Amino acid sequence: MSKLIFEKSAPGSNAFDLPPCDVPEQPINIPARFLRDTEPVLPDVSEVEAVRHFVGLSHRAYGVDDGLYPLGSCTMKYNPKINEWAARLPGFACIHPYQPEETVQGALEIMYETGRMLSEITGMDQFTLQPAAGAHGELTGVMIIKAYHNHRGDYNRTKMMVPDSAHGTNPASSNVVGYEVIEIKSNSRGLVDLEDLKAHMGPDIAGLMLTNPNTLGLFEEDIKEIAAIVHEGGGLLYYDGANLNGIMGVTRPGDMGFDIVHSNLHKTFSTPHGGGGPGSGPVGVKEYLAGYLPCPLVAKKDDRYYWDYDRPLSIGRVKAFNGNFGVIVKAYTYMKALGGKGIKEACEQAVLNANYLRCRLQPTYEVPFNRICKHEFVATNKNQHQHGVATLDIAKRLMDFGYHPPTVYFPLIVHEALMIEPTETESRERLDDFAEALLTIAREAENEPDTVKTAPHTTVIKRVDEVTAARKPVLKWEGQ
Amino acid sequence: MRIPEELLYTKDHEWVKVEGQKVWIGITDFAQEHLGDIVFVELPEVDTEVEAGNSVAVIESVKAVSSVYSAVAGTVAEANAELEEAPEKLNEEPYENWILAVEMSNSDGLQGLMNAAAYEQLCLQQEEEQKGE
Amino acid sequence: MRYTPNSSQVALDMLKDIGLNQIEDLFNDIPQELQLGRELDLGPGMTEMEIKQKLNELAGRNVNVEQMPCFLGAGAYDHYIPAALDQMLMRSEFYTAYTPYQAEISQGILQSIFEYQTLICNLTGMDVANASMYDGATALAEACALACESTRRSKVLVPDTIHPEYLQVLKTYAISGNTQIETIPCPNGVLDEKFIAGIDRDTACIVIQQPNFYGNLEDIQAAEQTIHGVKGMLIMVADPISLALLKPPAEWGADIVAGEGQSLGSSLSFGGPYLGFLAVSKKLMRKSPGRIVGQTLDQEGRRSFVLTLQAREQHIRREKATSNICSNQALNALAAAIYFTLVGPRGLKEIALRSHQLALYASKAFTDAGLALKYQAPFFREFAIKVDDPQTVNRRLLSNGIIGGYELEDALLFAFTEKRTRQEIDKLVQVIGGMKNE
Repeated sequence: MSKLIFEKSAPGSNAFDLPPCDVPEQPINIPARFLRDTEPVLPDVSEVEAVRHFVGLSHRAYGVDDGLYPLGSCTMKYNPKINEWAARLPGFACIHPYQPEETVQGALEIMYETGRMLSEITGMDQFTLQPAAGAHGELTGVMIIKAYHNHRGDYNRTKMMVPDSAHGTNPASSNVVGYEVIEIKSNSRGLVDLEDLKAHMGPDIAGLMLTNPNTLGLFEEDIKEIAAIVHEGGGLLYYDGANLNGIMGVTRPGDMGFDIVHSNLHKTFSTPHGGGGPGSGPVGVKEYLAGYLPCPLVAKKDDRYYWDYDRPLSIGRVKAFNGNFGVIVKAYTYMKALGGKGIKEACEQAVLNANYLRCRLQPTYEVPFNRICKHEFVATNKNQHQHGVATLDIAKRLMDFGYHPPTVYFPLIVHEALMIEPTETESRERLDDFAEALLTIAREAENEPDTVKTAPHTTVIKRVDEVTAARKPVLKWEGQ
Repeated sequence: MRIPEELLYTKDHEWVKVEGQKVWIGITDFAQEHLGDIVFVELPEVDTEVEAGNSVAVIESVKAVSSVYSAVAGTVAEANAELEEAPEKLNEEPYENWILAVEMSNSDGLQGLMNAAAYEQLCLQQEEEQKGE
Repeated sequence: MRYTPNSSQVALDMLKDIGLNQIEDLFNDIPQELQLGRELDLGPGMTEMEIKQKLNELAGRNVNVEQMPCFLGAGAYDHYIPAALDQMLMRSEFYTAYTPYQAEISQGILQSIFEYQTLICNLTGMDVANASMYDGATALAEACALACESTRRSKVLVPDTIHPEYLQVLKTYAISGNTQIETIPCPNGVLDEKFIAGIDRDTACIVIQQPNFYGNLEDIQAAEQTIHGVKGMLIMVADPISLALLKPPAEWGADIVAGEGQSLGSSLSFGGPYLGFLAVSKKLMRKSPGRIVGQTLDQEGRRSFVLTLQAREQHIRREKATSNICSNQALNALAAAIYFTLVGPRGLKEIALRSHQLALYASKAFTDAGLALKYQAPFFREFAIKVDDPQTVNRRLLSNGIIGGYELEDALLFAFTEKRTRQEIDKLVQVIGGMKNE
């Protein structure tokens, strides 16, 4: 069993010291009523034990550097090490956000140029780099939509449309900003049902949030008509950039008619996921919405970069200080490294890899929309279901083969979904091995289903009791 | 799947038992099965005023969250505190464990309720739809 | 640079394998008129050596705090980061990993978050901490939303002694209509009696920052009694380093604590990524936003960790979700856990004490040089010095090799951390004092 750091604590072990105090020591000049009278319980361990503890924890984790990570809609591509080097340069890591402009021109240039490159890739006009994550970008985008309609004096638009295949953050962001969410059905091809869209579009609709390619990995072929329907009805079209890896360099949301986009630097632009964060979710808009962007923006005059605070229509700040600059540096480095040609090539290879896998896996695994997909596709356990094997079981069994499972049970419109996104940084050999593992599991489902149903067998722990964890939550260490 | 004859049902899979002006509300076997292991029940406060169709309680399972709606307008008369410590009772015996009771202000909401046979039809229909997906 | 492993020949073979002739065939479902048809204008791509050259040049154009002493604080602090910390963060199993949804292969990450949650609770005295939020400001915004949702009220009372950017974020988030932000001016740099007078039965919560934005310590008791008297909530914005010395928010009666954890091992990094922490009392546990890691057992009885209470989150609640947050600042939270472990309890206290000592020394040096503190309240590691022209003073400091303070209207806000020395402070005072006589 892995001990908690608190359980390794022994008083007097820690030897961290500051240099001697070179000012005369004075009594604390803080009245007693402000001071604590008990010490906080913190672990007391030596440096060697601290390092062993965290190295030990790292052995119980799995990253892209360990192997294929086919999580649909997460784009777990390789995180280039040069990006890590760049972000750690003292000239980037050791600058305070409130330093005078003339002392941070290099940083401002990176932000400005990143905004410009994102605009070029997405076909938008102006970007904010303030939002700290994709969902944060969505929130910002939905706030811009609300500010836009409010500014026009149109307070009747109280609803936001999202497709039934949407990621949970879409309706959540809309709800948080105060919109009622209207779900639009998908048709038999897995795409937005135009009739349903037309039926719902009206003067009470603020806009439509869309991912393209969608969460089934399919390109919305009718996107121009979708845009027309929404725009003619007076609404705005929002692009969830989670799946940008499936189209970048080939087509652009701005050209499709989207008014606002967010991009996920930690997906499409190779910055690491960090075990759940930090990410970065820059938001781009067409010129006529630029006034509403969060304030300030990085601007350029002659050869000087500066903070532009003169933005009276801005929705305000969505975060303190600046955006996640340390993440932005990595994305900047990546975009410069690949260049225009490399961005397109990455997308092409991502789409090729996904289709290659799709062809290998079906018909053993049912692929409900079995046609050319973009960077990801959705399979189900339909053929394994008859043996009592659920998608969850397949996911758990994959871990025994050394893989991180794909996304499971999403999108909601496909029953027992398995969403697979290999990304462009996987070789054919890796894809073949992965396909082989899944095909083996399919055979096991048929011949020895219990092996699959009781998986995983080789991991450090077996399946956990999630029910008790939620019924009787223990959320911190209670020992002394 | 159990569907007691003597109860009434809503399309949202609640069961309803009428006792004079008081209406007892719970969730059905179908509901608890689809929710999975229930981990928490958020109960309303007694004396809360409700409209017919309002959400009056929230049930959380590990993978889902579901609202419980009041079929009728009125005031919350009782809330089953036992469910706070043992939410699993709703999985084990959904018809024996009520969630709340509403003192009706009018009985209009009762019009739209189904009897056991009609509810059984609804369940069969929904299960077919799910299989087809 | 190319990170795609398949050669063009392999790619062609793969295409043939799936019955296609050329890469373009994969994009036939995109209408012709939408296809870009040209190369993106991003430049030609760069090799590693060229990247290093370019980035070194850009980095070189910035003045950094390793080159000059930095007296800027205002919510982001130049604290010492122990050498072992970054090496732990560079372990690729941590930083190239995804969110630990699959518990069986993510125990290391889940355990580190559980330890982080415990540390935040121990420091603040609160019952429950989540796995972190984007930063202190957004954590505060979520805290206010939580308070409004719980009390079913919408008025949020905020003194203007909190970080001005935090206040801006609160105002932005108020576009939802669920919160109404009311700001109370406090001209003496601490809570004004008008603030307490403003608390009524419509008030969902009050927000108090400790130490406040100007570095001053706030007397919270009266406000706490008043807000709880009307069944509203007390939200405190806390500074984690200060909590080694100062009374924990739970003891002040806080219902929710938000704050910025950047000081706990995250580099300044021009403003992000930082670490928002959020901690609540037990009764708010099931309503609080963000990821939470819980302890449980696996099928064979082993202690294990798992993401729990997920039914609160966006992927399950969707349009019923009260927060849309989908991620946490996992790596920064890990940094905080490592930081606490490397400095230890004695070390953390020393860091807090040293920061305070240096601030005391500086305040005396300033007053001896004929300069005046703007406020008279007790401070922890930050205070404001009155100057006629803050911008000019900062420019002069810069030309003397010092990154100065945060510019207020008529003063400069200076922060003192354990990295500052007597020599640096003497020079700071000398330069500003010298200007007084010009």
